Amino acid sequence: MAFAAFGSSNAPAAAKPTRSGKVVIALLAPGLAYLGAFFLTPLFALIMVSLEVPDPTGGYAEYVPAFEIGNYLYVIGEYLPHILRSFGYALAATVLALLISYPLAYFIGVKARPRPLLQKLMLTLVIAPFFISFLLRTLAWKQIFSNESWIVSSLHDIGLLAPTQYVVGTPFMVIFGLTYNFIPFMTLPLYTSLERLDLRYLEAGSDLYASPTKVFRKVTLPLSMPGIISGTLLTFIPIAGDYINASGDFLGSSSTSMIGNVIESNYLQINDYPSASALSVLLMGVILVLVTFYVKKSGTEDLL
Amino acid sequence: MAKEFVARGADLELKQIRKEFPGFTAIENLDLHVPAGEFFALLGPSGCGKTTTLRLVAGLESPTKGKIFIGGKDVTSTKPHERPVNTVFQSYALFPHMTVLENVAFGLRQRKVADPLAKAKDALNLVQLSHLADRKPQQLSGGQQQRVALARALVNRPSLLLLDEPLGALDLKLRREMQTELKAIQMEVGLTFLHVTHDQEEAMDMADTVAVMNLGRIEQMGAPETLYDRPKTVFVSKFLGQSNLLVGDVTSTSANSISIDVAGNKISVPKNRAEKHKGKIAIGFRPEKATFSSKKPTTSSSKNVIGPGEIIDIRFTGVSNQYLIEVPQLGNITVFAQNMTHFAPIEVGAKVWISWDVENSFGLSDLPAQNEKA
Repeated sequence: MAFAAFGSSNAPAAAKPTRSGKVVIALLAPGLAYLGAFFLTPLFALIMVSLEVPDPTGGYAEYVPAFEIGNYLYVIGEYLPHILRSFGYALAATVLALLISYPLAYFIGVKARPRPLLQKLMLTLVIAPFFISFLLRTLAWKQIFSNESWIVSSLHDIGLLAPTQYVVGTPFMVIFGLTYNFIPFMTLPLYTSLERLDLRYLEAGSDLYASPTKVFRKVTLPLSMPGIISGTLLTFIPIAGDYINASGDFLGSSSTSMIGNVIESNYLQINDYPSASALSVLLMGVILVLVTFYVKKSGTEDLL
Repeated sequence: MAKEFVARGADLELKQIRKEFPGFTAIENLDLHVPAGEFFALLGPSGCGKTTTLRLVAGLESPTKGKIFIGGKDVTSTKPHERPVNTVFQSYALFPHMTVLENVAFGLRQRKVADPLAKAKDALNLVQLSHLADRKPQQLSGGQQQRVALARALVNRPSLLLLDEPLGALDLKLRREMQTELKAIQMEVGLTFLHVTHDQEEAMDMADTVAVMNLGRIEQMGAPETLYDRPKTVFVSKFLGQSNLLVGDVTSTSANSISIDVAGNKISVPKNRAEKHKGKIAIGFRPEKATFSSKKPTTSSSKNVIGPGEIIDIRFTGVSNQYLIEVPQLGNITVFAQNMTHFAPIEVGAKVWISWDVENSFGLSDLPAQNEKA
């Protein structure tokens, strides 16, 4: 252990932990303990529950440990429409949020650069909705588009909606709510990457005969790809598991139920814990696969 | 292979250009003509408006007033991508998300030139970097990036190539190497080069014509030799090399020379080398054109003599020694002496007379500012 006195630099790599090695472990320990207690343990428990079977001797909502892979097949068969709907809605809302956020982030991060005050003001406005509870804001939209609202009656009057059609409870309303609620999560990462965009690259592009549209496609867009990737991940993943917007109490109805709503009702109403757990694990797995594929495909691992 | 890039360079003409930015005027009233195929340098201190001039030509800024012609065509209101001009940027601005080869092919692809990759490879050959074609720009050294930037611009065979202090970020040795290379490439391809720099040595070394810019105006323009031999203003005489300036009233005029009186010394300048022939004028001479001796030289009409003065500083620079000589009532005079032979050591404190040929004097159109040492 005499080596330890000289620091880790001349200690053999495979030797016993040096003093600085101990410090590293000591600093990592709380984080690792936290991850172990609050992530790995529940994850393990969730997987175990997802494989349980009803207790043959017990009553309602009592289950015993087993290894029933059939639970997964059951939930896929039973809830495939919900699974597909979840990812469909998540895709639509992510694309919409990207289309809305990109020009906004570009304006704040690039065009407003000479006016720092405007830049700060606009950033504050992007974050401002967070000061009001997400539930309240979602309920407010329900009010705005409620069946008695002037918006809906106007839509009836001008014939854009049939007299029997309403807005709340439709896929449109759910996707609208999801887009609205997740726009800041898209805008902020886009802003961070656009704010660092070196405008000299754009000048070089136009100097090399690229029209403004071409400069955007060939230079601006690829250079802001890290922001696009993190923005889409930060919106797509939570949206796929969201259960507020699509819930019948908020903007949705039974015909817009997403996987999150199904998990919620299985846990809290039907008390079918194995099915709810299997759906949760499934959701996590599908997202993991999709995200890995997406990041690989976009070829931006080194830019992230 | 280099023939691939030979194109007819176009001439550039700036007419009555004025450029104002909020709060200041970068260029006051600029008229400039760069003939086709020439290596033209815009030389000036930072903030003199030279980079703004370049950006105006590239189309990255638009002039407040005036017109820009490239090859006789008015391009004042056209966009950068519509101009037959390419720039080697000071920061190089190589696209970090593309390989070196893709960077070079960028301009060709935009113009839908056939076989862009093969042409880009040829351009990389020209700057001797074909072996790095697949690297990303971040993986190259400063000098290599500079050459990629040059290839990326040259490959398009622009009528006019703009160079915005492209050597500024390189160390001295590499910089001198690149100067030689750049000049060789220009001679080979025959394009019009407009080079912006604050390094007078660089400008004199490479350019056919140098325009010295100061405070948004061109002070003087000409071949490097002419500018150095016969500066017309105090600024040019000081910015391009060093000068000793003596100020006095014209006291006598002969058939081909005029003389001023400086603290009792008669200093002459040939008439055809003086901008002003009357009143108070400044006469200058270059430090390397003067010699000094410990005995008073015999006076003649072809020599100017001042002294005696005292050597107050000697700086050894290798090829030469730089002597600072304090002459009472005249101020400090600098003299360079080549270390050609082993000559008798001279010490600080020695008394010397300074002399130089009248032929080597030059008369300026303006006077040094009061607080400036003559």
